[in-house]
Amino acid sequence: MSMTDLYNITLMQGFAGLSLFSVLLLMGLGLAIIFGQMGVINMAHGEFMAIGAYTVYLSSVLAERFVPGFVQAYFPFAILLAFMVAFAVGWLAEWALIRHLYKRPLDTLLATWGLSLGMQQVFRSTFGPKEVSPTLPDWLMGSWSPSEGLDIPINGLFVMALTLLVTGLVMLALYRSSWGLKVRATVANRPMANATGINTRRTDRVTFAIGCGIAGIAGAAFTTIGSTGPTSGSLYIVDAFLVVTFGGAASLLGTVASAFGIAQTQSITEFFLDGSMARVLTLLTVVVILMIRPQGLFAARIRK
Amino acid sequence: MNNAFLTWFRTRGLFSWLALAVVLLVLFPLLLDSFRLGLVGKYMTYGFVAIGLVMLWGYGGVLSLGQGVFFGLGGYAMAMFLKLEASDPESTKIQSTPGIPDFMDWNQLTALPAWWEPFQYLPVALLGVIVVPTLLAFVIGYALFKRRVGGVYFAIITQAIALILTVLIIGQQGYTGGVNGITDLKTLLGWDIRTDSAKLVLYYVCAILLLLAILGCGWIQRSKLGTLLLAMRDKEDRVRFSGYDVAMFKTFVFCLSAMLAGIGGALFTLQVGFMSPSFVGIVPSIEMVIFAAVGGRMSLVGAVFGALLVNFGKTYFSESFPDLWLFLMAALFIGVVLAFPNGLAGLIDSHIKPWLARWRTAKAAAPMAPADPAPPPVPAAAAQPPEPSLPAHLAQEKT
Amino acid sequence: MSNTDFVLAVEDLTVSFDGFKAIDNLTLYLDRGELRVIIGPNGAGKTTLLDLICGKTRATGGSIKFKNEEMLGKPEYRIVRAGIGRKFQTPSIYENLPVFKNLEVSFPHGRGVFGALAFKCTQEVNDRVQAVAGEIGLAGKLDWEAGLLSHGEKQWLEIGMLLMQDPELLMLDEPIAGMSARERELTAELLQRICQNRSVIVIEHDMEFVKRIAHKVTVMHQGKVLAEGPMDKVQSDPRVIDVYLGH
Repeated sequence: MSMTDLYNITLMQGFAGLSLFSVLLLMGLGLAIIFGQMGVINMAHGEFMAIGAYTVYLSSVLAERFVPGFVQAYFPFAILLAFMVAFAVGWLAEWALIRHLYKRPLDTLLATWGLSLGMQQVFRSTFGPKEVSPTLPDWLMGSWSPSEGLDIPINGLFVMALTLLVTGLVMLALYRSSWGLKVRATVANRPMANATGINTRRTDRVTFAIGCGIAGIAGAAFTTIGSTGPTSGSLYIVDAFLVVTFGGAASLLGTVASAFGIAQTQSITEFFLDGSMARVLTLLTVVVILMIRPQGLFAARIRK
Repeated sequence: MNNAFLTWFRTRGLFSWLALAVVLLVLFPLLLDSFRLGLVGKYMTYGFVAIGLVMLWGYGGVLSLGQGVFFGLGGYAMAMFLKLEASDPESTKIQSTPGIPDFMDWNQLTALPAWWEPFQYLPVALLGVIVVPTLLAFVIGYALFKRRVGGVYFAIITQAIALILTVLIIGQQGYTGGVNGITDLKTLLGWDIRTDSAKLVLYYVCAILLLLAILGCGWIQRSKLGTLLLAMRDKEDRVRFSGYDVAMFKTFVFCLSAMLAGIGGALFTLQVGFMSPSFVGIVPSIEMVIFAAVGGRMSLVGAVFGALLVNFGKTYFSESFPDLWLFLMAALFIGVVLAFPNGLAGLIDSHIKPWLARWRTAKAAAPMAPADPAPPPVPAAAAQPPEPSLPAHLAQEKT
Repeated sequence: MSNTDFVLAVEDLTVSFDGFKAIDNLTLYLDRGELRVIIGPNGAGKTTLLDLICGKTRATGGSIKFKNEEMLGKPEYRIVRAGIGRKFQTPSIYENLPVFKNLEVSFPHGRGVFGALAFKCTQEVNDRVQAVAGEIGLAGKLDWEAGLLSHGEKQWLEIGMLLMQDPELLMLDEPIAGMSARERELTAELLQRICQNRSVIVIEHDMEFVKRIAHKVTVMHQGKVLAEGPMDKVQSDPRVIDVYLGH
């Protein structure tokens, strides 16, 4: 093995880690808002991702059938649509279910699990039990070879870019917009926020819906990597929760850092062990660290 | 009958226990064919998990989404013993390495792994059924409760552990039988467990152990420990500053629930004849919670009925209307949270019992004053608190 | 530090939250059988001081000695078992247990897991519950669900739960907050009775009440002891007046 080979392997391995990092981060972002900021356990988070994925699939089918010329260009619009559909369903779920349960986190957990089962069955009845994949535009296929022996898959790059964009937007929205201010005020002190004229109920609903919408974007992005089935969503749920918890629930920066740490651990152990052992080892590390430091990586010491 | 005895019986909630005993020991064996009875036997093993959750979640206020882990560990400990008995050199002589379980042979193992060795002996295996889940629960529980982790964080971490164990079992198929699990279990010390008569015996063993477990848990509920658990659920800090090591108490109920789940798992393996990772993971673990929730998270007997009912529904619907089952399950999860936080037992307490009491007073009053209006009904729906209410033996005292 | 005769010796105690010193180099001694009242404006660190003594908050530095034994770093339940009882600012009782159970559970036997399993409500326990219930004026309401008691009765019940433990040092955080005049009267008498054979620390804002019960008063301000002594002396201290009347 020559030096350039070694260099290329390291680079591609690093890219694999980064790619997993963006996947985990994108998964965790919606939850970081819903769980981290609002403290609501949304076990149906994975199903909201599936909504996004199915929306993309549906758009691709429609585009192929009615406007074949559009197939090369529909994808960005489909992502936007995925956000809107997941947002709308999230809005509805908050209205019908979540708002009754804000003071009972464990019950929220069970109720949203019920919601996820119902959604899975809806997917199965609508799209069938088989996994589906949208027709992707050509520009998302293949790989980019900046030099000899170096292959970087384009879909990975795309997910990475999207993650960067969404993370940036969420940070901006949370720390710079008036919505973000309302969310943070509501989180910090609900009665006080109410007293200063913030409609906390409305804030809750919008926040929950935005979190779901971001899950939808994540699901849409993942159609470039894998196929979607009725139960695909449930595969992500533990990882998503661990990413957010591990980072320190209330800290968005923590979510980013923990997604990075978990992804790197996973991809490095994967290099030495088989996939399932690498996953076991990574999850176990996270759980053990959480046992020792339950507040997560980033947590402030407050007077109480 | 003696009145004092009756009161003693009632304050301990023994009437519902007796009803359960009659149903399990007399009614089902009389009414059901051996196949259906076998199903009930299987469902009863989930009853162990459900009463464990009543203790842990209903009383202790701690929700574990990893009970499948303990159910699985107990089940696997039993299955390992049975598998080794079924894999004697004689019946496995066509393998390239006779005398080891078939799945090991398929995965090119040439010797029994050292950690399988002790499971050749029944006492070790039985000890394993109890000790392994309890010990794991102790390690997890003590580490987390010491650091005041509870509520949703505890739920998430236990769920992650369920995922870890599933991935581990499936990934290490040479040692665990992988996704198929440990199958083809035949005999227990030479006694064929697959015959109808053996199944009937195992059914009764399971039922009696379950009834004893309920009595044991009921005794714990009425002890000071039970009161302390309720007190902790209400004001944890007050308990801590009354000189109690809160973490240790929570660890104890967690271990108790794990042990019960382990026993349930072992009985499951014995009755069903195999154990697989599909009883360990996230989905079965959270379904176990719904057994307790449907039956009533504060009621031991209710939780057993919940386990029987949900599983019966699952079998029935997934055979006849597979599309409806998940919707029904979804409705159950949402329903018990939004509408019936105390489950079936709560419904009986708030609707049937007042009705019975009215009926009784009406009957007693009838010969003397037929015009006497019945006492006003208890406003059950309005009185129902969002939090699970008090257990009967405490509610009795406050009259 | 050398051993002392004091039941409680707090020396150079400091705690900081992200740089903000809620308790700043505080030193305080408490005699056996003394009833000490701690007063001070909001945010002076009074409740934090109690939190530190009973182990609810971890100190950054200093020492807290109870009967010459270091308490810092011990888990809460060990501090309680050493003989320190603490009442919280808002009544902290088990609302959905009967009053009797509230008191019984506080009885200091069967404190381990298996001890609690084996614990029996013997005649001794029962007598003790009756006696304490009489002391706090709830003898007639033993079978009431605690959540149904009035606010003042809840405060008494929590004091009663502490009395069940028979602590050598009792710390009460605003025991008369929200009480009627009559209830305050009764509480003052109760406090005077129960400090017969133990030391008591009380945090209180009501100066009339403080005057009635205090042996000695400690004024706290910005995490430090501003003044200490008999009530009338402290009241005439210009620094105290300055703190209370504004800067």
